[in-house]
Amino acid sequence: MFTVDQLIHSGLFTLVNEGEDTQREITVPFCCDLLSMAMGKAPAGCAWVTVMGNMNTLAVASLTDAACVILAEGCSLDEAAQAKAKVQGITVLKTQLPIFAAALAIHQQLSEASL
Amino acid sequence: MDDAIHLTYIISPDDFTRAGEASSDVKKKLKQLGISPEAVRKTAIAMYEGEINMVIHAKGGQIDVDITPEKIIMVLDDVGPGIPDVELAMQAGYSTAPDEVRSLGFGAGMGLPNMKKYTDEMDIQTQIGVGTKITMVVKI
Repeated sequence: MFTVDQLIHSGLFTLVNEGEDTQREITVPFCCDLLSMAMGKAPAGCAWVTVMGNMNTLAVASLTDAACVILAEGCSLDEAAQAKAKVQGITVLKTQLPIFAAALAIHQQLSEASL
Repeated sequence: MDDAIHLTYIISPDDFTRAGEASSDVKKKLKQLGISPEAVRKTAIAMYEGEINMVIHAKGGQIDVDITPEKIIMVLDDVGPGIPDVELAMQAGYSTAPDEVRSLGFGAGMGLPNMKKYTDEMDIQTQIGVGTKITMVVKI
């Protein structure tokens, strides 16, 4: 089992907002930038890697029950979205890595934790 | 229906920053009621898709949610333009959303298909120039 808290302290990514349930398990990395698609496909408990850092990303993350959001390619949240992440208790991290590299790094952590 | 809980939400038109507030509130209440995580997730996703559709296409509207011991019933009522071809609108990828909506990451033509995918029953009543009423049921 690999938790959101472990990802926060893995040193892989920069913390933007620490959410409420950081002891929750990350089930799988998930990559998608089209919110319409993520809405239908994001698995519960996923670590969602995307470059879309707007308010709606947070709504989709919350409603699909994602474990956390990782903003790739140096993307970040604007002030309003950051406030929303805090209110909604969503863990958000960021990285300069491209989406694939970020998701691969999460996958490697999950694989090592399951050994 | 003594055990039913009734919730009503007014959805504001063209306000993407607030879209999702009604769905988030329903999700929170369902969790508090101890409804299964899967039923909560299905309801939240289906209702959010409907909420976004109302913001994009219908100049807002009203959502009524009834929670009974057996099921969650969502009724989304708007006085928007109506859907000319429901069968076409139900096809994944078909969209009439404007570019500004697409730039936010929406408008990919997945809304109605997702609503159907995540509910146990779905009914669409629509009339051009009058509005659309969508009823969705998630069994608990």
